[in-house]
Amino acid sequence: MGNRVVITGLGVVSPNGLNIPDFLHAIQNGISGIRFIPEYEELKFNCQVSGIPEFEWEQLRNYITETSLYGLKGKGIAYGIKAALDAWTDAGNEIVAQDTLWETGCVFGSSVADTDVIKNAITRVDAHESKKLGSRVVEQIMNSGVTAYISGRLGLGNKIINNSAACATGTQSILMGFEYIKFGMAKRMVVGSCEYVDKYVFGGFDSMRVLSRKFNHEPERASRPMSMSAGGFVPGSGAGALVLEDLDFALARGAKIYGELLGGSTNSGGQRNGGSMTAPGPEGVVKCIREAISNANINANDIDLVSGHLTATIADKLEIQNWVHALKRSGDDFPMVNSLKSMVGHSLSAAGSIETVAAVLQLKHNFVHANLNLEDPIPEILDIIGENNLPTIKVDKEINTVAKANFGFGDVNSCLIISKYKND
Amino acid sequence: MDRKEILIELKKVLAPYTESKEMLEGINEQTDLIKDLKINSANLVDIIIDAEAQYNIEIDFDAAEKMYNVGNCIDVIADKINKTA
Repeated sequence: MGNRVVITGLGVVSPNGLNIPDFLHAIQNGISGIRFIPEYEELKFNCQVSGIPEFEWEQLRNYITETSLYGLKGKGIAYGIKAALDAWTDAGNEIVAQDTLWETGCVFGSSVADTDVIKNAITRVDAHESKKLGSRVVEQIMNSGVTAYISGRLGLGNKIINNSAACATGTQSILMGFEYIKFGMAKRMVVGSCEYVDKYVFGGFDSMRVLSRKFNHEPERASRPMSMSAGGFVPGSGAGALVLEDLDFALARGAKIYGELLGGSTNSGGQRNGGSMTAPGPEGVVKCIREAISNANINANDIDLVSGHLTATIADKLEIQNWVHALKRSGDDFPMVNSLKSMVGHSLSAAGSIETVAAVLQLKHNFVHANLNLEDPIPEILDIIGENNLPTIKVDKEINTVAKANFGFGDVNSCLIISKYKND
Repeated sequence: MDRKEILIELKKVLAPYTESKEMLEGINEQTDLIKDLKINSANLVDIIIDAEAQYNIEIDFDAAEKMYNVGNCIDVIADKINKTA
């Protein structure tokens, strides 16, 4: 069975909120964080909108030392530091521990190390000025930069891991932290993920023709998961973080408990039978969801809310079919479904952790956030799960159990089952 | 530029790399960059890069190795400025 794992802290840097209170307000009120980006028009991108947090470097001043802040240029790392440290303090901890915290570790994921920082290195080296790069480049172009900054600031001494599984990264990082606690290898884990989608990464997706391009002048309407008029996803940036703790460890220090992470699963369809580099194979997805349910020791009927991956591409329809198949529930019996991406876009590696933070908030505050821009749901989706399960305005409702999943390039899947903490 | 003037400029170069702002205010030629100003040894290369820009000089590897306290820094910078001039 293993140890029980509870969620005691949350942090977020989202296009529609830079802290938990603002983010909660935004998701309760359906506030979009998608904006028109004039530079993308100049660059002749097809998609000219994005979800970019209103982050300023000054906001990190109380988070890391002045000397560390000076020379920090990687935005993904910056988002990660802010979200992780906010989660840490939200869990009732001090930011600076005198000694190494051997019982606490960190799994924090990302997809692309900050290409702005890499570009600076490339430009300098090509200009024969490598001498001028200085000491701060390597730590910011390494993928583990974000975990190095977080763990160094907090003095974490358990497992320190940067994971990467494309769009499944965030849920996977949470699952990894969960497993270390469940199986007694750590008492507490700071988990989450971050992503800064700069113009170079954005350009790559734009060229694949998978991005929203028909709503450039109505940015808030551009991200339309499950909608007939959806024409691709809207890239976003940000970070989400959670503090996971062994239940006894949390109780002993009198921590507040948001909910319990009951279990989860991460797997791959092996890029076979419909799965490919870019598309999730249905068999792997169904297996992943079912394993998560079984690992959490619940019944599929216990699920009140499905927080989908649902990016606003042609894969949405298939995703709903997979959920129906995995849960063996359909029509009015299907749980409510929502996609945070309708408000903030798809922040790749950060998506899973930001969406999990949103899932935990919906669980704690008993509501289902709206699906924005779902005026015209895809008929095949309506056919199998009905209109009532696709809320277009906030629904106040007792939420006891949430299933949160993400599916990423490479045919990787990840699913979490989160429930209210019950003392039994 | 005499040693006192170099020291005043050097304070500005060192400022972003030390949390010990009070100690920085009172530096003298004996102040050790790592032990007294608690500068991370990895940042010494950044200080050299900034000093090169500040004084419009080039500091080679051999000279850079000597720059562990304020007095040595001033020695190296004064020497390079004179060569440039």
